[in-house]
Amino acid sequence: MILSASRERSTAAADRLRRSSYAAFPPILAIVLGTFIVFVAGFAAPATLHDAAHDARHAFALPCH
Amino acid sequence: MFGRIVGAALIAGAAAGFFTWGAHTLKVVPLILEAETYEHAQAAAAHAHDAADSSAEGQAFGSPLDRRAMVTLIADIALGVGFALALLGAIALSGRDVDLGRGLLWGLGGFAAFSAAPALGLPPELPGIESAPVLERQIWWLATAVCTAAGLGLLFLARRIGFRLLGAMIVAAPHLVGAPHVQVEASAVPAALAAEFAAASLVATALFWLILGGLGGHVYKRLGQD
Repeated sequence: MILSASRERSTAAADRLRRSSYAAFPPILAIVLGTFIVFVAGFAAPATLHDAAHDARHAFALPCH
Repeated sequence: MFGRIVGAALIAGAAAGFFTWGAHTLKVVPLILEAETYEHAQAAAAHAHDAADSSAEGQAFGSPLDRRAMVTLIADIALGVGFALALLGAIALSGRDVDLGRGLLWGLGGFAAFSAAPALGLPPELPGIESAPVLERQIWWLATAVCTAAGLGLLFLARRIGFRLLGAMIVAAPHLVGAPHVQVEASAVPAALAAEFAAASLVATALFWLILGGLGGHVYKRLGQD
């Protein structure tokens, strides 16, 4: 009785933990994806990207050449 | 939840990028074009560093101005969507409720982290103004942005006073280290032009972040209600 109650408590805790770590995954994925897009548009070195984003990089005060 | 973040980020990022492109086209890009005339005149006068350097800017587009404006629109919207994904991801991660008003505050935080704090060490710069190597400046810029974002997060979201103080210290740290600089003896670009550009750039970026945060917060809340 006591044993099963404590087991229920611990599975509930594990569920909560699993849910909360799953809940953190989509926001972190969004942050990583956003950072990648900002990096390509704002920082990446290849000449084509640099030339295309040149005015936007200067206008956003990102370091540019 | 990921769909909700992406949906709100696409709407807010595209709107903020498009509006900012308008501000850039009206007030900021004309100053860049004017600075390039000084830059090219300087490059033509001193043959020492012409070919590679001047071909990297302006002239290399070899295309009409409207095409240049179009690629700037794409870049502005890309930066809008990218920053919106990061901002809304941070809001979702914090677990706090958000609406238009609170979104504006988050946007203000984004402006502080990704514009104001880096600009304290590396002011908005026109083409043709000499400064430290680009990689060193990019590293300081990124470190400052990350420190300011993380520090502000601790300062405003942490419960314990110790973590809040730590946040304030992390915000200050990059400025105590100092940005990479070179001694500039003379620039072909007039100082008045550079000052006008710095003001226009910062105002446009501030509006960008307010739209991004306010609209992003509003749409993110609405998408959660359906």
